[in-house]
Amino acid sequence: MKMTATLTAALLATTVWATMAAAQTDLSMWYHGAGNPKEAAVLQTIIDDFNASQSDWLVAVESFPQESYNDSVVAAALAGNLPDIIDVDGPVMPNWAWSGYLQPLQIDETKIENFLPGPKGYWDGKLYSIGLWDAAVALVTRQSILDDLGLRTPTLEQPWTQEEFMGALEAAKATGTYDYPLDLGMAWTGEWYPYAFSPFLQSFGGDLVDRSTYLTAEGALNGDAAMAFGEWWQGLFANDLAPGTSQDPAARETGFQDGKYAFSWNGNWAAKNILETFDDTVFLPAPDFGAGPKIGAASWQFGVSSASKHPDGASAFIEFALQDKYLADFSNAIGLIPPTASAAQMTENYKDGGPMAVFYDLTKAQALVRPVTPGYVVEAKVFEKALADIANGADVADTLDAATDEINADIERNSGYGHSE
Amino acid sequence: MATISADNHGLRLVVRYVVLTLIAVIFIFPLLFMVMSSLKPSDQLLRDTASLRAFLPVGDIGFANYADAFSRAPVALFVFNSVLVTGVTVLLSLFLCSLAAFSFTFLNWKGRDLLLGIVIATLIVPFETIAIPLLLLVSKLPWIGLDGLQFGWLNTYRVQIIPWIADGLTVFLFVQYFKDLPRELIEAARVEGASWWQIYRRIVMPLAGPVLATAAILKFLVMYNQYLWPLIVVQQESYRPVMVGLQYFFQLDTAWGEIMAYLTIITVPVLAFYLIMQRAFISSIASTGVKG
Repeated sequence: MKMTATLTAALLATTVWATMAAAQTDLSMWYHGAGNPKEAAVLQTIIDDFNASQSDWLVAVESFPQESYNDSVVAAALAGNLPDIIDVDGPVMPNWAWSGYLQPLQIDETKIENFLPGPKGYWDGKLYSIGLWDAAVALVTRQSILDDLGLRTPTLEQPWTQEEFMGALEAAKATGTYDYPLDLGMAWTGEWYPYAFSPFLQSFGGDLVDRSTYLTAEGALNGDAAMAFGEWWQGLFANDLAPGTSQDPAARETGFQDGKYAFSWNGNWAAKNILETFDDTVFLPAPDFGAGPKIGAASWQFGVSSASKHPDGASAFIEFALQDKYLADFSNAIGLIPPTASAAQMTENYKDGGPMAVFYDLTKAQALVRPVTPGYVVEAKVFEKALADIANGADVADTLDAATDEINADIERNSGYGHSE
Repeated sequence: MATISADNHGLRLVVRYVVLTLIAVIFIFPLLFMVMSSLKPSDQLLRDTASLRAFLPVGDIGFANYADAFSRAPVALFVFNSVLVTGVTVLLSLFLCSLAAFSFTFLNWKGRDLLLGIVIATLIVPFETIAIPLLLLVSKLPWIGLDGLQFGWLNTYRVQIIPWIADGLTVFLFVQYFKDLPRELIEAARVEGASWWQIYRRIVMPLAGPVLATAAILKFLVMYNQYLWPLIVVQQESYRPVMVGLQYFFQLDTAWGEIMAYLTIITVPVLAFYLIMQRAFISSIASTGVKG
């Protein structure tokens, strides 16, 4: 009798579940995290929870390798094969929105009021994407190095000035202990250059493009502030203060831990390994080169593709994923910065007193999103090449002028990318 | 005098073998580095790159990277996909391109030389220039399968195979080889009443071993190394080939040991295929050189 009751209950539950599943409308989702099992597990948990939480939608994810994800999405957009939900790198979002790959999100924006600014993907006055985390860069060193060199420990309130920063590098160089005083990560190419180095330019008072109109780089990338930045940048390599573009990738990976460098300009994603190596690791704020200390912001975010016939369902999933517990899960799994203070308190690394809590404060205090314009994708590549050329000894003024012309020509070719005077 | 000559001969032989050994070492070192690195933890791997230890099985050696590679990505699926796509494409390509070359070489038809010129001219067109138009085309093409008529070839094996079956280089290789076959054989067969199909099947192809091997190896390498095309036409993991799969290993904290293990695994089919075809390939190259 008991057995029969159990079987009947199981049959009933299966039938109800099957009926519910059959009634749900399929939503396809693409994600950039293939090859990262921890990230995939968190995302799958959110999807499973969402699918079980309601009877209207059934999300299924297809993962792509990050390195080729953007190319896959662009190709799919051309072929008319986009899914309902896609994730997009923050600085690329305006380009995809402008190109018609994305449609505005239909979520309750009061739910993201307390988010850090970086994960909010606004363009043209509309919210197109939202991130479940942010990323930040800091000047990594050891307290013992600061003490040995007799240096003041900079704080968010009082970061190093340019003079103090250069003094620190010269002091480290004078010891003869290090291959180079500073590891900038020149071995990493691609988006690392604009993400990690354009904040230096912005701290000098320059930028990749004039943000008041987004119609020209004139004055922003080749004005006095940008020239001062370029000279300073070139000096780092000319004076053997940092390894240049020929830096060995292996040295970038482990050089700081191996004692080759006194300081390393690196991201919160690398912090865990460094903390495991040195118990006196400190993460210092970016120096202030005159226009305030800056670091980059915005990482991967979720959006709804323009091809989706169910933007309400896709938005419902994204809104569901914004719960603090999921933001904390992602942070605990892959070490990225939760976008809300309440989620940060739920994490091992970013809660008050946590080993990486400083990154949350850094993001809040110093983060500046990369230029919010469809033209950014070209500006980033032009900037990367210009920085590499200057590091290799090219004339600063000529290089920045040429980069400015190239960016301006691209903006003109694309009729201002939707921006107007 | 004879003694001096023998000495010179011996010396020349030693020098020759030293030079050949050096060249062999230069070619084999990258493979050796890959295999040795696949056995080491990432941190040791990076440290060893600064010395000759990079080429030696020293330190903390094991197969953990292989296990980790299989848990990070469906390696076996990627290898299966690549071998399947490559194998089918190579077989179909050898058959169809040799048929085309046979026609260009032995049959007389109007516009033959012009068409051959156009086929050979496609050699100078980089694939990247036609990738997007081809993508737009295959995304709309019809196909009749078990589910009836469907439009769009994306996310299938056929989209990775069919556009690559015929190519100018393979046709060109066959044409060049067929031109050097004795015409008397063909004429004698015709006099005996053989059909063109019989001549192709019973006379020409049995003599085409070297060029078949060359074309097969070249096609195999092109297909096995496919990256851009599958990247844009395949959005489902179940159809991804090995080169797109390689991207799974480039994360924020790149697992170099796993990358080397993955590369070692996916190199095995290439080496095996080359070793099988090696004799015929060298024979083909050598004979081309003599005739050149």
